[in-house]
Amino acid sequence: MKIIEVKNLTKKFKDLIAVDNISFEVEKGEIFAFLGPNGAGKSTTIKMLTTLLQPTSGSIVLNNYDPLRNPDEVRHSFGIVFQDPSLDDELTAYENMDFHGILYDVPKKVRKDRIEHLLKLVELWDRRKSLVKEFSGGMKRRLEIARGLLHHPKVIFLDEPTLGLDPQTRNSTWNYLLELNKEEGTTIFFTTHYMEEAERVAQRVAIIDHGRIIATGTSEELKASSHSNSLEEAFLALTGKGIREEEGTNLDRMRQRRKLFRH
Amino acid sequence: MKTIYILWLRQLKRYFRSKSRIIGSLAQPLLFLVSLGYGFGPVFQKAGQGNYIDFLAPGIIGMSIIFSSIFSGMEIIWDRQFGFLKETLVAPVSRLSIMIGRTLGGTTVALMQGVIVFLIAMVAGFHPYNFALLPLAILVMLLVAFLFTALGTMIASLLSDMQGFQLIMNFLIMPLFFLSGALFPLQGLPKAITTIASLDPLSYGVDAFRTLLTGVTHFGLGLDILVLSGVTLLFLVLGSYFFSKIQI
Ligand SMILES: Nc1ncnc2c1ncn2[C@@H]1O[C@H](COP(=O)(O)OP(=O)(O)OP(=O)(O)O)[C@@H](O)[C@H]1O
Ligand SMILES: [Mg+2]
Repeated sequence: MKIIEVKNLTKKFKDLIAVDNISFEVEKGEIFAFLGPNGAGKSTTIKMLTTLLQPTSGSIVLNNYDPLRNPDEVRHSFGIVFQDPSLDDELTAYENMDFHGILYDVPKKVRKDRIEHLLKLVELWDRRKSLVKEFSGGMKRRLEIARGLLHHPKVIFLDEPTLGLDPQTRNSTWNYLLELNKEEGTTIFFTTHYMEEAERVAQRVAIIDHGRIIATGTSEELKASSHSNSLEEAFLALTGKGIREEEGTNLDRMRQRRKLFRH
Repeated sequence: MKTIYILWLRQLKRYFRSKSRIIGSLAQPLLFLVSLGYGFGPVFQKAGQGNYIDFLAPGIIGMSIIFSSIFSGMEIIWDRQFGFLKETLVAPVSRLSIMIGRTLGGTTVALMQGVIVFLIAMVAGFHPYNFALLPLAILVMLLVAFLFTALGTMIASLLSDMQGFQLIMNFLIMPLFFLSGALFPLQGLPKAITTIASLDPLSYGVDAFRTLLTGVTHFGLGLDILVLSGVTLLFLVLGSYFFSKIQI
């Protein structure tokens, strides 16, 4: 059964075609990696799937609902960890978690237990009463991830979840995600620039470049078709070695800079 | 319901945690009250208009409410820039309840400001003529705060960053305040000014405060409440429409 079906999806920002007529499907319970160079259109696609942006054209079905016509049903179906920060700096770590739990109607008892479990998982339990503005970049990232996992949705979108995380947290996060995937059948849709991460966990991969999907398949299939030994090689073979000149907005450049700092 | 409550609570927590904002937002009304109140007091008295502090205080209460409620409403722009807005917009709750929760939070904050300024005014020498009407006056403050928070929310939904803020400040908030009769009586002014004042919702708010706190009225309390309620409703409808259209 398909949980995400995207057909001929396009998004234009004025003259710029950020997402160019893409189609793909994700099976229920699948772990799906959406890979591509900077500015390829990954985040824009995720924003359209998660009701934050309206497509210019094309259709989306997520958990049998159309984000345009039934945004509330769609929002009930997914959870998301954004690429950019989305915490309230003036609230404490615990308050950010609790706020999320209440918005998503997680029952009080479950909420309490899960918050404790997740904050321990990302090693922020001792700092739960600190304001988020006092956190380091990596700590904020860990909190974002913990928060994204608080309610157990059918599909979880992770936009570069492991960006700026230390190996320990990266590991424990993925273990938790894989467990969630196995036990609750949660579909995982993620983007990353770490090819070995994608190769290790993803059951299927799509590669997007300049707004177009240029390849889909398992890591094995992509490696075989491009005669490569690793997904990284396959990725470079498919997308070329040139560094992407970003002619994005200011915000975009800021993002880029922040990313550099985080690494 | 829970959504509205949690968003309301968030606004209050943010308010109480930013001491500098509380102090900053009280300094300005205090300055106006003291400098204008004592500065123009003698002239006002000589012109046969009575005690200027008594006249001015309701206007300054109106001022603190309009500034703090529009700012609260416009906090959406901050949330958009710092990313938190996304978190609420992907949640499985109606955008209307998000908008209402935020607006009620801002309203509460602005109301508290108004009440604090009222107390400061009393220290500065303001005498409400009838304390029995005080609860009613506070209810009207609530209405005015709700109106302008809804306006702030509406404006913020249309702006994507802080660049438009200066424009809004100079071409909307300042004129709304200065042309509202908060600082001077609306009687006997050039026709143009009275016409503009009668189109400014804050005029009706200030007039209602003045009616309830000093017993002097310009439009009449009935008309004040009617206009304030109508405009609030309008801003709420427009605000929730624009808020529901936000894309990120
Ligand atoms: N709000 C916007 N207005 C205008 N252009 C935009 C906007 N958002 C994204 N873009 C442009 O759309 C293109 C795709 O951006 P997107 O954020 O989807 O890339 P990405 O694949 O997520 O890249 P990265 O790996 O850097 O996160 C970029 O060229 C970007 O400049
Ligand atoms: Mg991105």
